[in-house]
Amino acid sequence: MVQLLDPLLIVALALNFVALGVSRIRAVINAVALQGILLGIMPLFVHPEIGLRGILLVVVTIGLKGFVIPRFLTHAMREANIQHEVKPVVNFMSSLLLGAVGTGLAVVFSYTLPLADEHTDSLLVPASLSTVWTGFLMLTTRQKAIMQVLGYLLLENGIFLFGLLLLEAMPFLVEVGVLLDLFTGVFVMGIIIYHINREFASISTEHLTELKE
Amino acid sequence: MNTMIHNTIHILLALMMPPLLLGIIAKTKALFAGRVGPPLLQPYYDLVKLVQKGSVFSSTTTWVFRAGPVVGLMTAALAVLLIPLANSSAPITFTGDLILLAYLLGLGRFFTATAALDTGSSFEGMGAAREVTFACLAEPALFLGLLVLAKLSGSLQLSTMLGSSLGPHWMTAGASLALVLLSWFIVLLVENSRIPFDDPNTHLELTMIHEVMVLDHGGPAFGMILYGAALKLFVFGAMIVRLAFPLATGYPWLDWPIFVGGMLVVAVVIGVVESTIARLRLTHVPVLLVGACLLSAFGIVLLVR
Amino acid sequence: MIYLLILFPLTMAAVTFALPSNRWRPWLVPVAALGHLGLVVAVFFQPGDGAAVSGLGGWLMLDPLGKVVLGFLSVLFFLCSLYAPGYLALRSDRPNRVFCVNLLVVLAMMTLVTLSHHLGLMWVAMEATTLASAPLLYFNHNARSLEATWKYLLIGSVGIALALFGSFFLAYSSLKAGLESTLLFDQLVQVAPKLSPQWLHAAFVLLFIGYGTKMGLAPMHTWKPDAYGEAPGIVGTLLAGGVTSCAFLAILRVWQICRAGAEAGFAREIMIFMGLLSMAVAAVFMVRQRDFKRMLAYSSVEHMGILVLGVGIGGPAVYGALLHLINNGLTKGVLFLSAGNIHRAYGSKVTDDVRGAIQRVPLSGALFLAGFLAITGSPPFGPFVSEFTIVNAAVGSGQFLAAGLFLLLLGIAFIGMGATVLAVVQGNPADHTTDNDYHDSIATSAPVLLFMALVLLLGLYVPPPLESLLREAAAFLAVKR
Repeated sequence: MVQLLDPLLIVALALNFVALGVSRIRAVINAVALQGILLGIMPLFVHPEIGLRGILLVVVTIGLKGFVIPRFLTHAMREANIQHEVKPVVNFMSSLLLGAVGTGLAVVFSYTLPLADEHTDSLLVPASLSTVWTGFLMLTTRQKAIMQVLGYLLLENGIFLFGLLLLEAMPFLVEVGVLLDLFTGVFVMGIIIYHINREFASISTEHLTELKE
Repeated sequence: MNTMIHNTIHILLALMMPPLLLGIIAKTKALFAGRVGPPLLQPYYDLVKLVQKGSVFSSTTTWVFRAGPVVGLMTAALAVLLIPLANSSAPITFTGDLILLAYLLGLGRFFTATAALDTGSSFEGMGAAREVTFACLAEPALFLGLLVLAKLSGSLQLSTMLGSSLGPHWMTAGASLALVLLSWFIVLLVENSRIPFDDPNTHLELTMIHEVMVLDHGGPAFGMILYGAALKLFVFGAMIVRLAFPLATGYPWLDWPIFVGGMLVVAVVIGVVESTIARLRLTHVPVLLVGACLLSAFGIVLLVR
Repeated sequence: MIYLLILFPLTMAAVTFALPSNRWRPWLVPVAALGHLGLVVAVFFQPGDGAAVSGLGGWLMLDPLGKVVLGFLSVLFFLCSLYAPGYLALRSDRPNRVFCVNLLVVLAMMTLVTLSHHLGLMWVAMEATTLASAPLLYFNHNARSLEATWKYLLIGSVGIALALFGSFFLAYSSLKAGLESTLLFDQLVQVAPKLSPQWLHAAFVLLFIGYGTKMGLAPMHTWKPDAYGEAPGIVGTLLAGGVTSCAFLAILRVWQICRAGAEAGFAREIMIFMGLLSMAVAAVFMVRQRDFKRMLAYSSVEHMGILVLGVGIGGPAVYGALLHLINNGLTKGVLFLSAGNIHRAYGSKVTDDVRGAIQRVPLSGALFLAGFLAITGSPPFGPFVSEFTIVNAAVGSGQFLAAGLFLLLLGIAFIGMGATVLAVVQGNPADHTTDNDYHDSIATSAPVLLFMALVLLLGLYVPPPLESLLREAAAFLAVKR
């Protein structure tokens, strides 16, 4: 069953690279939103006899990851009046290549982790590790606060991907807790972004360098 | 007997069809813009007009300048003989012909760029530099895609790699092939100087890439360049059609129309892409090309996993 | 009863939110803290088997380790809350609704962490403490605290995300073993020997890094100097003593699963290494530190390293580590609150401006000095006893290198910290600083004195009930060497 996920996972991985390579913030928000929607429909493939709880999870995931959070980020982007990530710490080409290397390593590393019988030959673990790596890369090498938040969202997406392996066994409470906390986290970060905007007239975190040794 | 008929149709199609592709692309773009646009057969009329004109050659140029269009046309014509069309073998086929294909196209590009440099003008030099950079980055994507096909079909002959065995492979290795298809489409756009890499309709020399390289050619030479470019588009288009629609109905009189239909679809898709996407900033082009290479690389990774 | 421990602070938080008066709101916090402390005492002395206190079908349970941390948290919060009204009265220009409400929410969530026996629920509670403490950090509403809060949130959230990833790995390890996939602590401990080793290793690493970020172990500690440096004194105490203890508890849970699965050797090496690394990083950065609040942050990093090192060494050192949890938290209370008073008196927190604190604010200055002596391990204070236990155990089990490095790094930290503290406390205050009319008052000094008294008490005499509680918890965790 899990093997049917492979095309969707490929698209999700491709979106990782779109997020790493483009400088237009709007495009990155759309890429992450699209990835969120893809992730949202994946539970239907993993666990076909999903029942009402599962459908609810699918709907909430798509709603939050695909629409609510991206809309919130677009709003923040407009408030702060920025459109581009102009000069990241690592330039776009190198980010792409680092992401590719990381994905390759993820594929290799996932060989050392033995999978349960029903999950072998699935791309889920490499896709999950690779998305986590991409998110981490974006978090650490981008200067605009919004891009860092997007990197964090990618990180959460990667973790969600792995959670799909546990969907049949994993308690519902934690899934909802995950999504709720994700939203709250982004919400609070968003407030900070607004205040960053007001304090510094931009939301580039290169201004946040006063506190150092 | 059969082979002779197939080869004849192959050569006739390769000679006659390419300018039609250019016409379809122009028409699609016009329809998107709400215009009527030039007639579909306009490129043919253009070729006829150009052949009837005289030529003017600058005194600063050498034989390279005159050789450029000729070599470009020759290499494209040879390349089209290597590609299998419509579920039949190509007229020229041997093990390793994929390397010949890639480097025939490379030879053509080399001479075009050198002819541009031969004029001694800075605009042409600038265009040549850009074109060659993009080609450098696009080549790995092409080769990696060919590698995927070679691995799947187990042979190094283009006619087998892009042959009817591809159909069942779509079922088992569909993800890899889809990635290669996407990557090759990007390669098609860059090799044929289409948007988002180069605007074929721009009038500003500073923004031209391919156009500026051929700026100084006129008359029959320009006709050769135009026809050669159309042939090159036909080659890449044929590769994509064979990859995307590896249908083998077993009836030749059905296969060929399907192939022609596929080529028309590809031309329309190029027209749509040109109409909907804006041209990329020059500094962002390498990023997209590296992305295309990565797509092909993933195709391989998925295969050997 | 167990639900009440969490719901009571939350209800009081709602009441605090509803109360319109800025003047009277701070008083609700000590009231709620007292109530919470009373509930904790009641739960401890509940008749019958203590382990029977459970709820939500086994998701919540109070085990010996949880008792230690919960009791300590409640006492810490209570003493902090006594400081709150006085502090907020001094800062009456700021609205304190968000501050008071979040204080109580943090208390509720920390309680939930100590009670959770489902690793997923524990994770949710840890994330909730992160989110609830962020507005507390931002109380000063200036550019520097904004930067500190941003770093805290970002790095903390990444840590929490990695911890979730590790929790997933852990659940999958039981799925791979063909058992029912579970995150219930008791079930995991039972089936630990059958869990797939690769997944267990990967899970431990991720969980250690994730929760270690919340604890502030090096090299994930980079948020600490900024956050503790810019936070008000109460918040610093709560974070340094409370939230880090909760993160430590989370690591201990995973540690126990590893031990049960006979993978303790792998985990132990990681813990000893990271513990020593944290101590080393802290010692290096404490030398020549001009900002005394940032210095306290590095001190916190050092002591988190000591905690992890103690558990890694094993044997009697585990008892020492648990005792150190309590000692460190209480001493941090002394240090942060008195540092806050000094900061208030001088309007600055760098040693260029702050001199002669013992003349300007005698009580706070003296307590700051005493706190410094305590935290660096001088007798007769508490931390000396716990650190000595750890070193003793290390030497006794033949880990001479670890013991030697431990003592060396403690020495370096003493020198580094001493330079800054003595610079702050001694000397003559510059003339312009005496214009500020802040003076030590009962409200801002009494809690600090109480903290100090407890630290002194624990250094001289560990009360038998506490001792037996700690021994029980250590036995719960003990490694058979």
